[in-house]
Amino acid sequence: MRTLTFGGRNFKEILRDPLNLCFLFGFPIVLLLLLSAIQANIPVSLFEIEQLSPGIAVFGLSFMTLFAATLIAKDRQSSFMHRLYTTPMTPADFILGYTLPLLPIALAEGVVCFAFALILGLKLSINVLLSLIFLLPVALLYIAIGLLCGSVLSDKQVGGICGALLTNLSAWLSGIWFDLDLVGGVFKKIAYALPFVHAVEMERAVLVGNFPAALPHLWWVLGYAAATLIAAILLFLHQMKKQ
Amino acid sequence: MVAVKLENLTKKYKDVVAVDRLSLDIEEGELFALLGVNGAGKTTAIKMLSCLTAPTEGDAFLLGKSICRESADIKAFIAVSPQETAIAPGLSVRENLSLMCGIHGFSREKKDEKIRELTEQLSLESVLDRRAGKLSGGWQRRLSIAMALISEPRILFLDEPTLGLDVLARSELWDIIRALKGKVTILLTTHYMEEAEALSDRLAILKDGKLLMCDTPDGIKAATGEDSIEKAFIRVVKEAKK
Repeated sequence: MRTLTFGGRNFKEILRDPLNLCFLFGFPIVLLLLLSAIQANIPVSLFEIEQLSPGIAVFGLSFMTLFAATLIAKDRQSSFMHRLYTTPMTPADFILGYTLPLLPIALAEGVVCFAFALILGLKLSINVLLSLIFLLPVALLYIAIGLLCGSVLSDKQVGGICGALLTNLSAWLSGIWFDLDLVGGVFKKIAYALPFVHAVEMERAVLVGNFPAALPHLWWVLGYAAATLIAAILLFLHQMKKQ
Repeated sequence: MVAVKLENLTKKYKDVVAVDRLSLDIEEGELFALLGVNGAGKTTAIKMLSCLTAPTEGDAFLLGKSICRESADIKAFIAVSPQETAIAPGLSVRENLSLMCGIHGFSREKKDEKIRELTEQLSLESVLDRRAGKLSGGWQRRLSIAMALISEPRILFLDEPTLGLDVLARSELWDIIRALKGKVTILLTTHYMEEAEALSDRLAILKDGKLLMCDTPDGIKAATGEDSIEKAFIRVVKEAKK
C-alpha cells in the first residue's frame, strides 16, 4: 500500500514535467524521423528501420536514469524526504516506490517508438511485442543507474552526469549511430565490456526473431542491472542511515 | 503524564557539540518551545527526537519509547513539519494530503474524512486543487502542517514553522498552532521571541547546544527581571557568555 502510494506520487511528479514528456516521447520520434530521412537519401544498413528502431528504443531508456536520479536527488535535498523518513515507510517502500513507476513509463516509451517505426515501414509481427518485453531488463538497468546516481549526487550534478555524460556514453558505446567495428581496438573492447551495446544487439536480435543470438546479450544486461541495483540499494540505505 | 523525556541527550559532529547533555521533561498536551539563535542546537534536537539522527550519547523517551531502541514504534505516533516546506511540489494540495493518508495506511473512507477535516481546520478549500509547488510560502507552510497532522500524531514537532513568512501569514499560522494546544503535545523551535512568548506554555533557552534556562514565559521574565522574553533571552544568553 505504502509502496503503491509513494510510487503513484513519483509517477505523477515525472509525467507532470513537460520537459520529461518531450524527452520521453518526442525525442525518439524526432530521431527516428531524422535518421530514416538520412537512410532514404544515403542508404546505410545501420539506419534501416529493423536496425534503427531497437537502438532508438534502448537509447530512449537512458532518460529513465535522468528521471529517477533527478527525482531522488531533489527529494534527498528537500525536507520532503525528512518528512517521509519520520513516517512508517521502510527502505523497501522507498526503493520500490522509485523503481516501479518507471517501468510502465519505459514500456510506454518503447510502445511509442515501435509504433512510430511501424508507420515508417517496420513489419508488424509478434517479435515487436517481444522486443517490448525484452526492453524491461534494459529499463531496469537504466533505472538502477538512476537510483545509484540519485543517492549520491545533487540534482545539479545529476543534470550533468546523467543528462549529458551518461546519455552520450550510452549512445557512443551502443553501436546505434555507428558500427563499432569501424573504430575497433580498445574502444570496441570497452563497449563490449559495458551493457549498452549488448542491450541494443539483444533488441535487434529479438526483433528479427533470432532468440539464441539475443540470450548472451540478455545475461550481460541482467548481470549489470542486478549489480547496479544492489549497489544502488546499498548506497541508498547508507544515505538514509547517514541522514 | 510526561510525553517527552530527554536524558543527557547529546549530539557531536566530529569536534562540534551540537547538543550538549540536554535533559528536559515535556508534559502531554503541552506546547513547548526551544528558543535559540542559529546554531543553538534546536533543529538537531528535533532531528534526534524524531528519529532522523541518532544521539551520540544519552537517550530520549517519547511516550515511554526510547529513540535509540524503539524508533519504529515512535514513528507511528509522531509527525514533523520540517524547517523548509516539505511538500511534493508536482502534486495538488489534495494529492499531497492523500499521499500522507496512503503512507499511513488509511482506508478510503478515513482518507476522505481526514482530508475534509484538515481542509476545514486549516482553511485549505480555496487551494485544494492547485499545484502545491505554485502556492505562496504561507500556503505551502500551512499544507506542510496539515500533512504533519494527517496521521493524528500524539507528538508534533514544528521546526521554525513561521520562518520567512509575512506578518499576516505568521499570524494565521499562530492561530492554527494555538488551536492545537492541549490536543497534541507540540515541540516547537523558533528564533522569534514573540512567537515563543505568544504560543508556548513553557520554553527552553539554548545556546551552543546547552540548556541555559527552562520555565514558563512569565517565569523566565521574573527570573531575569525583564519585561519581555526578548530582553530576558538576551540577558540569559549574554550572561552565559561571561
